[in-house]
Amino acid sequence: MSAVADVIRTRVDAGSGALVGYLPVGFPTFDESVDAAVAIAQSGVDVIELGLPYSDPVMDGPVIQAATQQALARGFRLSHGFEAVRRITEQVSVPVLLMTYWNPVLSYGVERFADDLVDAGGAGLITPDLIPDEAEEWLAASERTGLDRVFLAAPSSSDARLVRAVEVSRGFVYAVSTMGITGARSDVDSAARGLVARLRDAGVEHTCVGLGISTAQQVREVLDYADGAIVGSALVSALSNGGVDAVASVAADLATGTGRRG
Amino acid sequence: MALRDETGPYFGEFGGRYVPESLVEALDELSEAWELAKLDPAFRAELDALLKDYVGRPSVVTEAQRFARHAGGARILLKREDLNHTGSHKINNVLGQALLTKRIGKTRVIAETGAGQHGVATATAAALFGLDCVIYMGEVDTERQALNVARMRLLGAEVIPVTTGSRTLKDAINDAMRDWVTNVEDTNYIFGTVAGPHPFPAMVRDLQKIIGEEAREQVLALTGRLPDAVAACVGGGSNAMGIFHAFLDDTAVGLYGFEAAGEGMDTLRHAATISRGRPGVLHGARTFLLQDEDGQTVESHSISAGLDYPGVGPEHSWLASIGRATYRGVTDAAAMDALRLLSRTEGIIPAIESSHALAGALELGRELGQDAVVLVNLSGRGDKDMETAGRYFDLIDAGAEQS
Repeated sequence: MSAVADVIRTRVDAGSGALVGYLPVGFPTFDESVDAAVAIAQSGVDVIELGLPYSDPVMDGPVIQAATQQALARGFRLSHGFEAVRRITEQVSVPVLLMTYWNPVLSYGVERFADDLVDAGGAGLITPDLIPDEAEEWLAASERTGLDRVFLAAPSSSDARLVRAVEVSRGFVYAVSTMGITGARSDVDSAARGLVARLRDAGVEHTCVGLGISTAQQVREVLDYADGAIVGSALVSALSNGGVDAVASVAADLATGTGRRG
Repeated sequence: MALRDETGPYFGEFGGRYVPESLVEALDELSEAWELAKLDPAFRAELDALLKDYVGRPSVVTEAQRFARHAGGARILLKREDLNHTGSHKINNVLGQALLTKRIGKTRVIAETGAGQHGVATATAAALFGLDCVIYMGEVDTERQALNVARMRLLGAEVIPVTTGSRTLKDAINDAMRDWVTNVEDTNYIFGTVAGPHPFPAMVRDLQKIIGEEAREQVLALTGRLPDAVAACVGGGSNAMGIFHAFLDDTAVGLYGFEAAGEGMDTLRHAATISRGRPGVLHGARTFLLQDEDGQTVESHSISAGLDYPGVGPEHSWLASIGRATYRGVTDAAAMDALRLLSRTEGIIPAIESSHALAGALELGRELGQDAVVLVNLSGRGDKDMETAGRYFDLIDAGAEQS
């Protein structure tokens, strides 16, 4: 069973939805990245999306690029990713998904990566540049280990591709709110609502919307039709500008959008 | 099946589409449009007319007799892509993709560029077809190829210096991909080489294979036989795929790709992707790449901006893996020596990129001996490299300023 799906189901059954928070490992330092992830979990984030810094992050906007580039420059290693998952899950009970581009996984060895992630207490992977068509090895490794696998769905995806994304995903389907890359936007595209409706038609159980969400109001709007809202750049900006306390406070504010706190 | 019949998305275990889901629809649209266009006589006729009347094709083959005296007596034949409009082979590909852009009804094109040759070619085609054009170029490259930046701007393109990562070609590709993900509705990405996600490796090769098709006939007419070896430089690998393709099933013809060995194959400063890299995923394709043990891309180095790329087209990775083509390194120093040698023996100033192939041809000639025929793809002219060459050979008087 998927711990991520369980958490989302609990939140949806309670009348709202889940808040998924992204932070990269190693930014601004390894210890602070762990502390920040723990802090946002304690401030109302339901699922942690922990990013592994990568040299060529084509889906990321300027805020996350700057953070992950800094983490790499300070000596980020993949082993730090597993260590961070271990330290976070020791302290808080929220499920932790790793968000990673595909080459680091391929380079590490897909099976070995899956085993080490299970050992560290991780819940699964979000794979922004791995489409189901190319995912045979990961499907096998996640089947064997029971890890969640979150694939992306885009407003431009055909109906057939949405059905495929729903079939192969476990945990949730990541609905890309708008055509573009990560980063805060003043209004989340109406394309998101349409995409979620099409994913429902394709039989999706849980779908969370990401890209561009940065305020509690946007979280509230998204949870009106989706099962979760994913926030990244707004948290990274807060961490960058004000440290762990600031990111915790932004997370607590975002969580008011789920209607459970405030 | 003939090696020439491979159409992608996979070349053996290489190739594919490792991209964000948001791009899949655009790639599907492009694949479908290309499959239809390449079979459409009207499209072919329009492209052929442009290649003849605008580019100046067919490009000639020049025998380099004085240069060949340094190559163990082998005959050296130069396929003169440097004589194309805009000064390199890049225009062959760009015109095809610009025509395709019109065909799919998009009005804006974007492109990445390293040395600036592909950017200039794209800006040229955009001017010719009245398309909006944005070129992404690493900040480091905008500095070492300032003249090409000016050319692109003169042609009406917007040049965006890329300041992320290593600020070179690979980062320009990342930013172009980000632009494409965001603006895919009205924007087509004119990719410059045989790398990237399907359909780019196969499509760019299809548009460049005219180089080898012409050259194969020209060498037969000139010498009465096929060459013993074909030499080309390899960065992403489009000029090499272009000249190799017609010969893939001629098993007696040796195919040699020369990668940039920079300061040496055993240093950390090179761009010898196939010789020194290992398979992974970069820019949408599974292929050889320079990476550290965590799969982070390693920065490449070459004196030539056009070869300074840590990846390579998947078809090259495949040809290397099955042993059909051989890939070797040529250092900055050997390439610059060959650049000067061709200038002084033949009165032809080659691009630094192409000079890697020339240095390789000197080596092949000495190995193959008297009477061997070596065909070299002279993929571009050296005008854009005069500042680098001037500094390298100390040719510019101190204090002199161009007025």
